[in-house]
Amino acid sequence: MPQEKKVVIKLENVRRNFQVGNETVKALRGVSFEIHEGEFVTIMGTSGSGKSTLLNQLGCLDTPTSGEYYLDGISVRTMRRSQRARLRNRKIGFVFQNYNLLAKTTAVENVELPLMYNKDYTAKQRRQAAIEALQAVGLGDRLEHKSNQMSGGQMQRVAIARALVNNPAVILADEATGNLDTRTSYEVLVLFQKLHAEGRTIIFVTHNPEIAQYSSRNIVLRDGKIREDTYNPNILNAAEALAALPAPQDE
Amino acid sequence: MSFTNLLKIALKAILSNKGRSFLSMLGIIIGVGAVIVMMAIGQGSKQSIREEIQKNGTNMLTIRPGADMRGGVRLDPSAMQTLKQIDYETILAEAKFVNKVSPEVSTSGQAVFGSNNTTSTCYGESPDYLGIRLWEVEEGIFFTEEDVNKSAKVCIIGQTVVKELFPNVDPIGKTIRFKNIPLRVIGVFKGKGYNNWGMDQDNVIVSPYTTVMKRLAAQTHFNSILCSAVTEELSDHAIEDLTEILRRTHKLKDGEEDNFTIRSQQEWMETMSSTMDTITIILVVAAAFSLLVAGIGIMNIMLVSVTERTKEIGLRMSVGARGLDISNQFLIESILISLTGGILGVLFGALLTWGCNAIIGYPAVIPAWSVIVSFAVCVAIGVGFGYFPAQKAARLDPIEAIRYE
Repeated sequence: MPQEKKVVIKLENVRRNFQVGNETVKALRGVSFEIHEGEFVTIMGTSGSGKSTLLNQLGCLDTPTSGEYYLDGISVRTMRRSQRARLRNRKIGFVFQNYNLLAKTTAVENVELPLMYNKDYTAKQRRQAAIEALQAVGLGDRLEHKSNQMSGGQMQRVAIARALVNNPAVILADEATGNLDTRTSYEVLVLFQKLHAEGRTIIFVTHNPEIAQYSSRNIVLRDGKIREDTYNPNILNAAEALAALPAPQDE
Repeated sequence: MSFTNLLKIALKAILSNKGRSFLSMLGIIIGVGAVIVMMAIGQGSKQSIREEIQKNGTNMLTIRPGADMRGGVRLDPSAMQTLKQIDYETILAEAKFVNKVSPEVSTSGQAVFGSNNTTSTCYGESPDYLGIRLWEVEEGIFFTEEDVNKSAKVCIIGQTVVKELFPNVDPIGKTIRFKNIPLRVIGVFKGKGYNNWGMDQDNVIVSPYTTVMKRLAAQTHFNSILCSAVTEELSDHAIEDLTEILRRTHKLKDGEEDNFTIRSQQEWMETMSSTMDTITIILVVAAAFSLLVAGIGIMNIMLVSVTERTKEIGLRMSVGARGLDISNQFLIESILISLTGGILGVLFGALLTWGCNAIIGYPAVIPAWSVIVSFAVCVAIGVGFGYFPAQKAARLDPIEAIRYE
């Protein structure tokens, strides 16, 4: 693995406790790892393993109870809410399980959304960046389609374009194929592998072990601790898997 | 996020829920409309009172007998008999800032001509009366100083008296009987119509004051003395001067209270204006309560809107919206609702005001400032009642909001 590459994410003994009534729930019990630029990491674990909590930490939506988290060299733990919002805006691209597109809003407007919260972009630059991002996910011909006029796969690709548009340090995908059928899931995986090939850093949180085969590294969580952290010597090609699928029946 | 973008988002949110937005605006529309029309009625009434008073001459001063104390008992001013011929003559001779003076004596009674009769009031005046009241004789002539000296049995009658007593006859030269005293009609006043208090100003008979005092009312005092200040600006000086003269003729010692009162038209106008202001304020406050209720309505709908859009808020936050961006978004939405309501409300108020003028005939005038104040109040309502929902939105936890179903 290319260890000499820049460290994008660095966790040092991150702990996260939640107070539920009188009990303290330890969702993360000392998690440490580094992710380098250009890695495609899957984070796996059963429900209750601390997967979501870790994702919230990585996404700067939450801060650790103790330990340190550096995103692109910046310590997140002591940041205020508004500072974290800005950090998310500049450094992170989210892809959610249920797409989370704005209703009654066109694809290009949805993709523009993160840049709306960045004053450095003019309206024109914003539009241009959104169009480029949509072209990158193969939706260059669907710019003005509204979210309710698209299929699940298309919506997820719009969501991926939205995650790309701010040129983030890391793309965080949360069960990004969870709502899609097998075929569309593979299409989305093809897209993620393409982005990986282009040098993007991707963290894909999932409970589906199959997906790990298409990533470069796999971290498995259990009970708030890292159980396994392995590099994948034999990355499968999602495009081949897609081609091997039986042809769709309905057409 | 820039203001234009926030405005676009707010517009989109409002337009995607047209019916609901309109209903929440409706309270503001009705409230603002009511405030506008109330202010218009108040302003219109004030203006018409002012015009009314101006019609009677703005430099007119009225001297009335004042409340007198007799053994500690304050007596009814109208029963006072302090204004006498000597006062009138001294004023005529000495007053520096008045150029017209007329004593006034009045008595009500029945006027008869042929088989017609009517109840009217006969006013005894001096020839200066026309000039003081800015009134004109339409037909015939007014009486002269000579008529006053002779206590001539002549009169000038108002339009209402003409209508009642002389339906088909030219009244000039005819003799009417007022309280059984024959009075020859030598003139007819120009019509003045009703005044603001519903009094028919044309139901009058005017005769020389000597005639009324000696022949009709049998009294030696005046009910009042009317004067005309040289100019409106000199009214205050005239009042001072008249006070000094009357205190002297009434032989009042230093420290003794005046047993007369002198009022200028300005004072009268101010009294009426402040009465109208009070009434207007009461009406506007009542209408303003409906704005308060409307504001609560907006707050309610904004709270619903925040709950409905929890997921959207979560998404916006996760892609980088700060709490401030979110609260601005909802604040602008609530301001937009209440301001749009305000604009429609002003139009609604203008329509009601127009209706007041055109249909009921009530003189209502929308003061420009009331429109500006309405808009300001609407913005304040938008901010005031939008603040709580906006804060609620801004404080949402993005983690929970994005997973909200």
